[in-house]
Formats: sequence, C-alpha cells, structure tokens
Amino acid sequence: MAGGAPGGASKSEIYKGNGPRLLLPAWIFIGVFLVAPVAIMAIYSFLTKEFRGGVIWEFTLAAYDQFFLDRGLFGDEPPSIEWTYIGIFWRSIWQAGLATVLCLLIGFPTAWFIATRDVKERSVWLFLITVPYWVNLLIRTVSMKFLIRDTGPLNELLLALGVIDTPLALVNTNFAVQLGLFYSYLPFMVLPIYAAVERYDFSMSEAAADLYASSWATLRLVILPVVKPGIVAGCILVFVPSLGAFLAPDLLGGAKTFMIGSLIEEQFKGAAGNWPFGAAASMILLTIVMGVLLVHARAQTKGER
Amino acid sequence: MKTFLTTSVLALSLATGASAEGKLSLYHWFEYIPQELLDKFAAEYDVEVTMDTFDSNEALLAALKAGKMGSYDLAVPGDYMVKIMGDEGMLDTFEPSELSNFGNIEDRWLDVDFDPGRKSSIPYQWGSTSFSVNKEVYDGPLDSLSLIFEPPAELKGKINVLDTSGETLTLASLYLGIPQCSSDREQLKQLNALVQGAKADWASFGSDVAKDVLVSGDAAAGMIWSGFSAKARAEGAPIEYVFPKEGMIVWMDNVVLLKDAPNRDNALKFMDFLLEPENAAAVTNYAQYTAGVKGVEEFLDPEVANSPESNPPADAKGVFVEACAQDVQEMYDAIWTNLKK
Repeated sequence: MAGGAPGGASKSEIYKGNGPRLLLPAWIFIGVFLVAPVAIMAIYSFLTKEFRGGVIWEFTLAAYDQFFLDRGLFGDEPPSIEWTYIGIFWRSIWQAGLATVLCLLIGFPTAWFIATRDVKERSVWLFLITVPYWVNLLIRTVSMKFLIRDTGPLNELLLALGVIDTPLALVNTNFAVQLGLFYSYLPFMVLPIYAAVERYDFSMSEAAADLYASSWATLRLVILPVVKPGIVAGCILVFVPSLGAFLAPDLLGGAKTFMIGSLIEEQFKGAAGNWPFGAAASMILLTIVMGVLLVHARAQTKGER
Repeated sequence: MKTFLTTSVLALSLATGASAEGKLSLYHWFEYIPQELLDKFAAEYDVEVTMDTFDSNEALLAALKAGKMGSYDLAVPGDYMVKIMGDEGMLDTFEPSELSNFGNIEDRWLDVDFDPGRKSSIPYQWGSTSFSVNKEVYDGPLDSLSLIFEPPAELKGKINVLDTSGETLTLASLYLGIPQCSSDREQLKQLNALVQGAKADWASFGSDVAKDVLVSGDAAAGMIWSGFSAKARAEGAPIEYVFPKEGMIVWMDNVVLLKDAPNRDNALKFMDFLLEPENAAAVTNYAQYTAGVKGVEEFLDPEVANSPESNPPADAKGVFVEACAQDVQEMYDAIWTNLKK
C-alpha cells in the first residue's frame, strides 16, 4: 500500500475496524429491498385467504396443500398428487431452459466473433448488440408479433418467393414464445461471454495447436475452462428472468396457458383473489431459483480450489 | 431592462406559482375518459386532478385492498363490483341533495340492485359484452354464441376470448342456458367440458388486445365490449357486433365515492360535473358506450348515437354478471385454472 495518510497511519489502518460500519448501507439496502419483501411473502403464504383478496391472520398450510394435492374440481375427493401447478412450473422451466440453450448456441459464436475483432471494431459491434435494447421490452415484443403475423413481412416475403403457399401460423405458438424469449435475453448471454473471451490469451490456442491438439480438443480442454464463468453467468442471466417472463407468453403465445408469472398474477389481480396461494407459488419459484444459484455457487468454489 | 426582468418574473410566478384550490384523485379504467374533460373540470373548479388506471374490476379491488384506501376519492367499478365493494365497507354514502344534478340520472338506473337508491354511486357509462365477427372471413348468420363456443370451420383457430373468467364463463353459461353462480355439479361439469373443448378452436386469450387483434386480422372473431368493437370498426376492421339469441352480458360502470376520501367535497363536485349532460356526452363520444344520464342526445356525435353496437335490437337479451358466494366462486376459479393449465 503506497502513500501513507497524514499522521503515518496507512489507508488500510483507517479502514480497519470500520468494516461493519462501512457495510451498513449495503445491509440496510439488502434488508429493506430483499429480506423484508421475501419475509412478507413467506408469512403470507402460511395465512388463511380472505375471499376476493386479502388475508386472515390465522396459520394454515392450505396454500401449499392446494399446490401439491388434488382434491378434485369440487374439493371433496380423496387427495392425490396435483399435477396442474407442477405442470405449469415444468412448462415454464422447460421453456426457460430451451431459451437458455438457444441463446448459448447463438450467443457464444457471436461473443467469440466480437472478441476477436480489432479493439476499435469491437466497440462498434457491442454498440450494435445493445442498440435494440434501448427500446422498451413491451414495444420489442409487440414488434416481433408484427413481424411474424399471418400478414406480416416474414410471411409476405416467403409467399412472394414461392417458398410457401399459405401463410405460416406463427403467432400464438410455442415457437413464437421461444423467439420472444430468445430475442429478449440474447444480450445477457453475449455480454458476459464476451467479457470472458476478451480476457482469453490466444497464445494458449497456439500452444495447444503446437502440441497437436485438434480444434475440438482445443475448444473443450483449453478455451471452455477459461471462459466457463462467463458462460455460467450468461446462462443464469437468461434462465432466471425467462422463468418468470409473462410478456412473451401473453403477447406472442396468446396467453392460452398459464406460465409461472401469469399464474401468480392471476392470484393477486384475477377473480381468484387468493393471495396466500400466490405467495406460496412465489416461494416455491424462489426456492427453485435459489437451488439453481446454490448449485452454481458450489461449482464455482470447487473450480477455484 | 430591469423593469422588463421584474415584469417577466412576476408574470412567471403568476403563471406557475398559482396553486390549485384543492385536489382530486381518481382511480379509473384505462382509455375511458378524455383528457380534455379532466382539464375542463380542473380549470372550472381550480382543482388539481390526478388519475391512476386499472384494467379489470378485480385489479381495482386488489389494489384498494392492498392499502390504497384513503388515497383515492373516486373509483369507477362495474355493477357487481359496486356491490362487492359496498359489502366490504369500502364505500362512503352521500345524500341526493348533495348533488344538484342527481335528477339527471335516467330513471331506470336510479334504483339498481347493486346500489339501491344510489347511495354511493352514480352512473358512468353502460354497454354490453358480446363478440364481433369479421364478415370477410365468415359470411353465415351472426346470431348465436355457438360461433365462439362451437365455431364453424372458417373461424376455428382464429378466435380471441377475453382473459377474465367472469366474462368468458358467463357467456359460456348463457350459451348452455345454465344459471350464473350455479352450484349444480352436472351443470358445472357441462360448463367445464364446453370450454375445455372450445379451447382448441381459440387462438388467444386477451382483454386489452381485444380491439387490436380484430383490427390487425390476427383474429377473425373475438369477444369484446360494445364500444371497443365500435372503435375497431372505426379503425377499419370489417366486423359486425353480434347480439346473440342466447343473450349477452350487460354492464354498467359507476362512479363511486370511496370511504376515507381525502377530498370528499371535490369528489362530489366531480360527480355533479359528470352528471351534466354535456360532460356525460363527452365521455360517450370518446368511449362509444352509453351514458345513463338524461338529455345527452343533443351533444352526441351522430355516428356514436347511431352506432349499431349501442343500439341493440328490441328483442336483444342481456344479463348482469352476478357476484357468487365464496364456495361457488372457488369452483368457477377451478374451472378457469383447469382451462389454462
């Protein structure tokens, strides 16, 4: 540590012992904006629902019971496993996973391409990647609908070229939802991978080639281990928001099926008005996301050892 | 030069510094009141008007329950929601004598089931919920809800339905001829089977997009509110609004005085203002529904006054949506969740 403070005390000595105090703003921030809302949600998920929204302060497991146990349409059959909500969660997870894989397949080569350009050229490419994201997400999702609808430019073009005879029905399909998610979150994959590839020392590839490694072996044994943190970060940044996304499913998928996001929204804003159940579904979603992040954190620490 | 500066500063402070006499806080539907009308009220009574919007009766209730009581003076719930809010104790009452224009309310809207004697509410606009069909896609007879629930080949896969269980399940019940808020198991199973079967023929669920999908042609038929359909037609959609023989939903939106209103006096002034025929007509000309106020005719745009959507045939049947009891509502919720799982 160069440059002692007046009086001979070094900077590190000034900071010493002040750690907790300096951390205070961060603790307050986390407490107010993270711990408190999650705590409220956790408490509400164990309360009795009030008809048409609201809660009664009596402890019950009814919300979790409703999530996991099926008692029939009229609620009086012997309980069996409820697949409805597990199905909705599974569909959301599958969709988010697919969007992540698609983003990775396109995002990795894109990031690689940008990182291997001249320094000046790189900033232009990065700029071009981010430009569309200065437009509001809602507008971009609606625009995507305009592009792929029956009378939209994509279908008009294919019809004009004679590739198809009748317009492809793309709107209100799972394909459209995937397209929307992929388009919404692609930069979240490109940017972290770019940051990792940019730091990669390309003489290592040359060294691998000198040692007769095939290009596949180079990618697998040399490049991937180095850029892995970027890939993992990109995957998390795409997967987690995709999981709760409801704009793409609603606008491009036609809202025909509940996703996790719209199921929870319905509990608070819809006729159901079942706040404890909405809170319970949120808690279960949070548990899944925390699980994913914990697995990642554990993998990280293992890698560092 | 100095004089000039002083004068301009003075003029500036007069222009901006003049604070409004009072405030008025509204909680209203989206796209339902012309800004000019709010400005007119603000100027006439020297009141600063602020407005937030919601997109369904249930969203309104949820927001008020989540702690917004006491921050708004007036809200605009639909008929059955007036009853629910009244039962929940969320409404304040007023005497007819507190509104000088109370007598302008049309007689048939004076003593309504959801607010007998109009103690907490005044009519805002009323209309119907049914569906519209693109005549270029389907040219058969337009008279039955079967076009939505058991559609002909031309319309299969090109139908948008409203994304609220109340409206969609009520129209389905009308089609089946079963009562609302039924607790009869056979009837509920029938209802469940009908919507489950129809879903394969539906392209999308959407309420706020109900007009746009008809205008763009993404949907060839769609459930829609009467005025919204008139707007779609005005925007070029080749559609016709259907008055089904099985019946349709009739609704009335009402301005209610909320409990703990921070500006009760201004709220009553605004209610009185909305009961002026000229102002009620301004809302109708904008939203294309029908006012429940006497004497609006001379202020209406002819195309709005004569629109087919607002002038149902004499034999058209309409019902209000009913508010069900909790155990019954839970069964309808289950059918809805089952439909969208």
